[in-house]
Amino acid sequence: MLSVLERVTKVVVDRLGVDESEVKPEASFKDDLGADSLDVVELVMELEDEFDMEISDDDAEKIGTVGDAVKYIEEKVN
Amino acid sequence: MGRFEGKTAIVTGASRGIGREIAILLGREGARVAVNYSGSKEKAEEVVQLIKDAGSDAFAIQANVSDADQVKQMIDATMENFGSIDFLVNNAGITRDNLLMRMKEDEWDDVIDINLKGVFLCTKAVTRQMMKQRAGKIVNLASIVGVIGNPGQANYVAAKAGVIGLTKTTARELATRNITVNAVAPGFITTDMTDALPEEVKTQMLGSIPLGKLGSAEDVAGAVAFLLSNDANYITGQTVHVDGGMVM
Repeated sequence: MLSVLERVTKVVVDRLGVDESEVKPEASFKDDLGADSLDVVELVMELEDEFDMEISDDDAEKIGTVGDAVKYIEEKVN
Repeated sequence: MGRFEGKTAIVTGASRGIGREIAILLGREGARVAVNYSGSKEKAEEVVQLIKDAGSDAFAIQANVSDADQVKQMIDATMENFGSIDFLVNNAGITRDNLLMRMKEDEWDDVIDINLKGVFLCTKAVTRQMMKQRAGKIVNLASIVGVIGNPGQANYVAAKAGVIGLTKTTARELATRNITVNAVAPGFITTDMTDALPEEVKTQMLGSIPLGKLGSAEDVAGAVAFLLSNDANYITGQTVHVDGGMVM
């Protein structure tokens, strides 16, 4: 079974078209991975689908890096 | 083959008036239609039957567009029935006319809630699916009074002017995802409301319309259908006046 980080990484690579090696926990979607605001909204949508969960608008606004996303999902899933 | 074969649409406020004509036209041209209504279930079922008779598919769905939960249920029901949402027509609207000096706060709120917030809520809810599809077309029903103003309709005019601004912003935000957003602004259209006007008011109205006649709900539906068709793929953020030339 894939870890949360691996699954998040796959979604990010698919969505943003970046190389897997760039998707580090500290990587900011906007500053490091070239996402614009709408890309981040879409990314959150796809994470919701991938992990079958709902991420509220308030929570989504706090997700700025790959690590933020992984931490948020791990906390929610457990 | 109709223009909208294989397409799916949600039309809000589709049980009566202009919304009804839009739903029927889309259905007749092959679209499967979610016929939204607020109170008139029987009228909505009638529209559904007309679309089915024309060889397409439709279902009636009750939802108050100013209620986010009900809007979500409408979107979910449409996805369940159709599996996609290609078009959204934000048509639902009400009037609570009064002079500004006499207008009550709830008259203001009711109209802004349905006519403006409703467009926001439905658009927001449907955008998720359209972004995934990387395609979608949204048409909002505005009004020429939203452009030129109208005494006795401060609430309605403010809402319709708001819809035009919302249309432009949504068009800009969603353009990169291949979603177009346009508005149609009807002028004087023959409805139960205009039928009831006194003869001299009608004569005065006609004097301000270069084409010299009232428009029909079909005239408006035709413009909406054009903006939803592939012929309008390169048009977004626009407000098309269907008003016989009243406002140029």
